[in-house]
Amino acid sequence: MVKNRPKEGVVAKRLNHREYKDNFCDLHPPLSWQEALNETSNCLFCFEAPCQTACPTNIDIAMFIRQISTNNTLGAAKTIFDRNIFGAMCARVCPVEILCEQACVRLEAVGRAVKIGALQRFACDIAIEENVQFYKREKDSGKKVAIIGAGPAGLSCAHRLALFGHQVEIFEAKNKPGGLNEYGIAAYKTTDNFAQKEIDYILSIGNISINYNQILGRDFTLTKLKENYDAIFLAIGLSRTNNLHIEGEEAQGVVDAIDFIADLRQANDFSEIPIGKDVVVIGGGMSAIDAAIQAKLLGAQNVTICYRRGAEKMGASEYEQNLALSKGVIIKHYYAPRKIKTKNGKVVEVEFDIVTEKNGELIKTGEKISLKADQIFKAIGQKLNTENLSGIKLKSGRILVDEEMRTSEKMIFAGGDCIFGGEDLTVTAAANGRDAAIAINKQLNAGGNNG
Amino acid sequence: MANLRSEFIGIKSPNPFWLASAPPTDKAYNVERAFRAGWGGVVWKTLGEDGPPIVNVNGPRYGAIFTSERKLIGMNNIELITDRPLQLNLQEIKQVKKNWPDRAVVVSLMVPCEEEAWKAILPLVEETGADGIELNFGCPHGMSERGMGSAVGQVPEYIEMVTRWCKANSRLPVIVKLTPNITDIRYPARAAKRGGADAVSLINTINSITSVDIDNFAPEPTIDGKGTHGGYCGPAVKPIALNMVAEIARDEQTKYLPISAIGGIATWRDALEFMLLGAGNVQVCTAAMTYGFKIVEEMITGLENWMDKKGFKNIDEFISKAIGNVTDWQLLNLNYVTKARINQDLCISCGRCFIACEDSSHQAIMKEKNNKRHFEIIESECVGCNLCVNVCPIENCIEMVPLKAGMIDERTGEKISDKYANWTTHPNNPASG
Repeated sequence: MVKNRPKEGVVAKRLNHREYKDNFCDLHPPLSWQEALNETSNCLFCFEAPCQTACPTNIDIAMFIRQISTNNTLGAAKTIFDRNIFGAMCARVCPVEILCEQACVRLEAVGRAVKIGALQRFACDIAIEENVQFYKREKDSGKKVAIIGAGPAGLSCAHRLALFGHQVEIFEAKNKPGGLNEYGIAAYKTTDNFAQKEIDYILSIGNISINYNQILGRDFTLTKLKENYDAIFLAIGLSRTNNLHIEGEEAQGVVDAIDFIADLRQANDFSEIPIGKDVVVIGGGMSAIDAAIQAKLLGAQNVTICYRRGAEKMGASEYEQNLALSKGVIIKHYYAPRKIKTKNGKVVEVEFDIVTEKNGELIKTGEKISLKADQIFKAIGQKLNTENLSGIKLKSGRILVDEEMRTSEKMIFAGGDCIFGGEDLTVTAAANGRDAAIAINKQLNAGGNNG
Repeated sequence: MANLRSEFIGIKSPNPFWLASAPPTDKAYNVERAFRAGWGGVVWKTLGEDGPPIVNVNGPRYGAIFTSERKLIGMNNIELITDRPLQLNLQEIKQVKKNWPDRAVVVSLMVPCEEEAWKAILPLVEETGADGIELNFGCPHGMSERGMGSAVGQVPEYIEMVTRWCKANSRLPVIVKLTPNITDIRYPARAAKRGGADAVSLINTINSITSVDIDNFAPEPTIDGKGTHGGYCGPAVKPIALNMVAEIARDEQTKYLPISAIGGIATWRDALEFMLLGAGNVQVCTAAMTYGFKIVEEMITGLENWMDKKGFKNIDEFISKAIGNVTDWQLLNLNYVTKARINQDLCISCGRCFIACEDSSHQAIMKEKNNKRHFEIIESECVGCNLCVNVCPIENCIEMVPLKAGMIDERTGEKISDKYANWTTHPNNPASG
């Protein structure tokens, strides 16, 4: 059968219904009970297991795997949630290949790590599916905490604060909770509206209310919150994107990768999403990979990731890079964007300087190369909107916190991507939220207040 | 080139691997398949006296325990002796022996503890051309409630008596199959010898309940809500069987009594271990029930390769080779001092050795060095117990290294002696001279 020539330009419906369905199914299908049981037998139940140390939320992995192996799956889920209430989402999106699974001693022993992520998902999903609630709120403390942002950091903090008996009120800029779990993760990593199901499960603890469409500075201020709440947790993420600062950037067809990723996650029907025939993704992080793979899955013919440094400098893990390559994405290194050429206001081509790296500095070789493009995704990082933070101390453009997640203001805490040293990982955000809640609780119990 | 030919109490077979009396040897169809697969012999599933056929339960008759990969490591059964008519079995035995003259065909028997009953069945078996008989004094379930099987095997006087009847009423070699459900295996073995047995075979299955159904509160296998004890077998019972075989092989009264070993044998190596402890041949059941008859191919080539490597031409050259080294605790050399040594190149830092040692009383392994995860033996604490070796997931990563004479044992501060010294002469022993 001869396939029709792909249409030029940015168009929807490049594929048939079945192709969309196949392309956007779960990247790693869940384990069956038998698969999970067999996999547990690979775990050695290490002493002070290195996988646990490697987990930003410090989940007792050896214990939960042992619990699965004894058919105590709910016990396993609780072991996970005790440290990370977002265990189910982290099981799906964590770069386990650079965290727990990289630390697995079996990697050295037999060249293959225990499938920790898959086992974690197995246990968490059962608890969420059956809506088994492990936690009860302590008695009402009479204290109120405001949280800005209903992403993983904000909700993780909210859950634990509610557990401690505090009243939590969340201010969320969007009209849905979840933050990057809802908007920033590739569709094939979390299917079937799972992010919302998980949040419903987490919010079942009670005493957490969420105000949607509330933007800091527009609808409320930190000063006002300080008057009305006993503590504040900032989990505002990075709401601004970086620009290329090159000619043609404003052309039609140049899009922020994170917007594209968010649109895909919010889509009811992938066939309605228009995609170019020749797509260029600029950047080297996880968003670049997520955008590139999904462009390919939507039927783009040529998808090229162009990164200005080498493979080892890419923010995306080797696993993610290989995943992109396996889907037919081309990755070009040492391509620094120079200008975007347009025709009738639309992108037609992007030109790069070929560069080399010397002592961290990028040096133009003088060589140039052009790639045909009808759509360009910019994935060159996001930054903190530093307005309206009423003088909280920053470092390198992000919020500075101490080891208890406290900002320069005693009753204001922060966590997730917005803090200095934040790792752009759901799991780190979950850890930050949890730790901030513990610190806030300690402080509230100590009788701390705005003074 | 190794030759596996076996002659056990005059019964010849092309290799020492027989199938034990059990479901796989219940009829000609199976036995023919087994011989085609390469088995050296079979012990036909136990025949009972002529009369209405045996009745088995119609619900589950096997229970099992598994590893988490669902590898079967132990099985129990409540199946009785053959439930097929005696005449049919006898006809088939005769035909099979005719078809396979080079293979061993031994017939297992269990009839009531009366001489007349044995007198009646023995000539019928002899007439089939079978090579020998095995007296089933072992089955611990069902038949034992009727005064047969292990009910006989648990009373040495009965063993002796029935063995004598069989020797008196048949020219066939007699193997007495022993039950392990006793306190000291040497007593029934000695009784068999006194009765004139040509050999003993052991172990029969061990009384057991494999598991309990935690929803229905009943033992498994469960038949209409109830369960009963059954005979336990499979890889899990091998260590028990090895010891019992060795006990008989080194007992003054029974040391020359031929032994056909049974109990958890699944590989060439299992078979070899039993033979090194004095077994003339081995019988296999659970492994064949788990994986089918084909496993014998691995057993044959595995043993041949080992023999070639070691330079053994015939199996008689290594049978009993380890029995001289089975001794009593009081005769073990107390001047032999070992220390564990962790091969750092092989160590994967799982820390299992550390926590085993830490929580099992010796605290002889360190868990870090220069603030880094690192596992190493503290020789001044190591008693040489071998636990770390046993829990280590990597083969040969931890070794027990004997200290040479003249070296100082850092734990005791004493010099290693090159002299042998045991408990019988130890100064702390009140009985020592």
